[in-house]
Amino acid sequence: MASIFQGVGAATSLDTKKFQLSSLRSVTGRKASCVVMRSGGAKMDSGSNRISGRADQLVTNAVATKADTPAASTASKPGHELLLFEALREGLEEEMERDARVCVMGEDVGHYGGSYKVTKGLAEKYGDLRVLDTPIAENSFTGMGIGAAMTGLRPIIEGMNMGFLLLAFNQISNNCGMLHYTSGGQFKIPVVIRGPGGVGRQLGAEHSQRLESYFQSIPGIQMVACSTPYNAKGLMKAAIRSDNPVILFEHVLLYNLKERIPDEEYVLNLEEAEMVRPGEHVTILTYSRMRYHVMQAAKTLVNKGYDPEVIDIRSLKPFDLYTIGNSIKKTHRVLIVEECMRTGGIGASLTAAITENFHDYLDAPIMCLSSQDVPTPYAGTLEEWTVVQPPQIVAAVEQLCR
Amino acid sequence: MHNLKSSKLLMFGVTNHSSSVANSLLSPHLLHTISRPPLPDDSGFSRCFATVSGGRRSHTAVSFGDDVDQDQISIEVPLQQELNFPGGKVKFTPNKLFTSGSSAERTQCYRVLNENGQLLVDSDSLKISKEVAVKMYRDMVTLQVMDTIFYEAQRQGRISFYLTTIGEEAINIASAAALSHNDFVFPQYREPGVLLWRGFTLQEFANQLFGNKYDQGKGRQMPIHYGSKKLNYITVSSTVATQIPHTVGAAYSMKMEKQDACTITYFGDGGSSTGDFHAGLNFSAVMEAPVIFFCRNNGWAISTPITDQLRSDGIVVRGKAYGIPSIRVDGNDALAIYSAVYEARRLAIEKQTPVLIEALTYRAGHHSTSDDSTKYRPAEEIEWWRDGQNPVKRFRTWIENNGWWNDQVESEHRSNIRKQLSQAIQAAERVEKPPVADMFNDVYDVLPKNLNEQEVSLREHVKKHPQEYPSNVAV
Repeated sequence: MASIFQGVGAATSLDTKKFQLSSLRSVTGRKASCVVMRSGGAKMDSGSNRISGRADQLVTNAVATKADTPAASTASKPGHELLLFEALREGLEEEMERDARVCVMGEDVGHYGGSYKVTKGLAEKYGDLRVLDTPIAENSFTGMGIGAAMTGLRPIIEGMNMGFLLLAFNQISNNCGMLHYTSGGQFKIPVVIRGPGGVGRQLGAEHSQRLESYFQSIPGIQMVACSTPYNAKGLMKAAIRSDNPVILFEHVLLYNLKERIPDEEYVLNLEEAEMVRPGEHVTILTYSRMRYHVMQAAKTLVNKGYDPEVIDIRSLKPFDLYTIGNSIKKTHRVLIVEECMRTGGIGASLTAAITENFHDYLDAPIMCLSSQDVPTPYAGTLEEWTVVQPPQIVAAVEQLCR
Repeated sequence: MHNLKSSKLLMFGVTNHSSSVANSLLSPHLLHTISRPPLPDDSGFSRCFATVSGGRRSHTAVSFGDDVDQDQISIEVPLQQELNFPGGKVKFTPNKLFTSGSSAERTQCYRVLNENGQLLVDSDSLKISKEVAVKMYRDMVTLQVMDTIFYEAQRQGRISFYLTTIGEEAINIASAAALSHNDFVFPQYREPGVLLWRGFTLQEFANQLFGNKYDQGKGRQMPIHYGSKKLNYITVSSTVATQIPHTVGAAYSMKMEKQDACTITYFGDGGSSTGDFHAGLNFSAVMEAPVIFFCRNNGWAISTPITDQLRSDGIVVRGKAYGIPSIRVDGNDALAIYSAVYEARRLAIEKQTPVLIEALTYRAGHHSTSDDSTKYRPAEEIEWWRDGQNPVKRFRTWIENNGWWNDQVESEHRSNIRKQLSQAIQAAERVEKPPVADMFNDVYDVLPKNLNEQEVSLREHVKKHPQEYPSNVAV
């Protein structure tokens, strides 16, 4: 875990006040290898190369030598460092190499390499039919991807910004999510729909949408949100290998996060949540960018004597109620921190799911911190206030733990 | 994000601009993530506007209109006659001519069999064998009888909904006959004839209509939403024209795998107004995908007549707008349709190009069983098309004149189909409905935990209150 946050300071386009998160080691005395990666009870991935859980990685790296990779870095740390968008690209490239049916389509993904450079270099390598530039017609090129998937390909459809996929809602809801069901299982739709969303740096209301709220009801799709280079690559690969349509939510401000990830191939589980920081006093559920605000607040909380358990839920549909439930049974208090708006967001659904399933284990009502029900303003200060900030998280935990 | 495209344009249109001007146009936080793409070469349709050679003197637009005194401008080079714009040279003209929205004469309609069933061309040029022609006619009759009987079944309350293809039998059967079985079909909903041609049985049709457990769709869709993976016919989706981009995507997949096949999609005149139609055509042209776009221009979109739907010369002229070869055919002439689709398929596969076919026909029946079209159109109009332009009658005349058909065979065939249909309906009605498990399967590849819980909960509930729920559904 420590490695994630060390790298964040080097990120260029993030918050002006840098993430000063020091290594967990110095704060709590826990070692990074204590990170729990639950793999029991998880749905088995059909991929044969799957390596589950970071904990395994940390243990084996200490022992195994890189004898079979002569060009491996001579530095003492195993793995290689990269930025989140590069991790996405790496995952994408590995899958395209592995399976010739995997293809990419979207606006400016080809020669331009994608607006956020996730597909950079792929068109040169695989040709511009396999990395396809589309005209500006989101509903239609999403439809194209669906048609290609029904006839055997495995397309990855990129929305330049998640907000543009609102135009593709008809295809996603009525066809993507539905056709496997309404055709009686005859036609499957193994598409991955991905793109950056969330509130950025003064991108204006139309480019600051949180589409996970709108899509979460659609039956037949799965939704995951990545937040670190490690899980970005793992989730990308898992999403591509899944036979269900998967929507992968990336965040505009997280593309330049740096982290050291394993050299070995790994695929994460689409339905698993990630234990970011084990704790005893309160369960904080979050995902995507808010994870970093939560971890920043966690530092303050620890100084004040609290021990928060932070879980990055990652799987937005379905929720990993197993991990979440175990945490609630331990701490009895829940705080949800999300970027969605208050009404009808992921937090709202999560609150309902937790209340239904774990009501008896709660010592206090569930608290949910979300963005207000307003379009994201352009002014920098206003925009900052519309997103949940660490002091609010600290105050919420203090109130919850009273 | 879209202003990024225009700023990129400006960057390329003017090669002597300093980079600081270009950079100021870009949103600051994206600067470091976007590297300047390399300038592409000059060949033909290059990917950006590097070949725009206007602005020789300065970067402001210069008009060659009346108000510029040409003698006063010092010119070192001869005046431009044309612009080397991506896509080809464009000649300049001092004539201020707006091209008209319509031409004096409408696009001509390809027809080889006249309303009396007489061939207008040499029969050898048609390349249709007796076997194929007779099968075509048989299937057109089957479709007609099937439609009549299933429509009646709905009126009797035995099925909940139905949609007829009356008047469009030739389009359904003849187009299917000209394709091969591995050409993927993306229907709208008025094309069951294509399935019929490929071998979907009357029993299978009935099973879908009754939504019983033998339905390929497992009882999950409304009647007439057929689909068959085996016959390469994608399941009908109620949404209008969403299948058009699907077809383009499927053609793209065929192109990637270099298959000797094409895809075909059907839609009506109404469907051609949707956004998906335009983007689908546009993109198929850019991608050079082997698609056949078959528009059934039957004059009506529920109650909206063609004059309220569009003001272009039908749909065939739209093909040109997207750079797609197009043809208009007589939708009630089975031979013309066969011949046109046969050729379109050849073009699509050999030349890797989309093709647009507009078939002029008439929706002789109501839009569906939920509609009564006499409310918005005159009965005489319906009669004129149903009788005088009837595609089945017309084709029958031709095959009878060839000695391939007669009255006796006709009545035998019709009564045979009617009997089969009656049996199929009775059998389908008696079959059990799909079990409750099928309500939850296939939402995902594997049943997830939450759906499993929902299923268990539903089962328990039904078991506790069996009298409230139908008995012919297996729990």
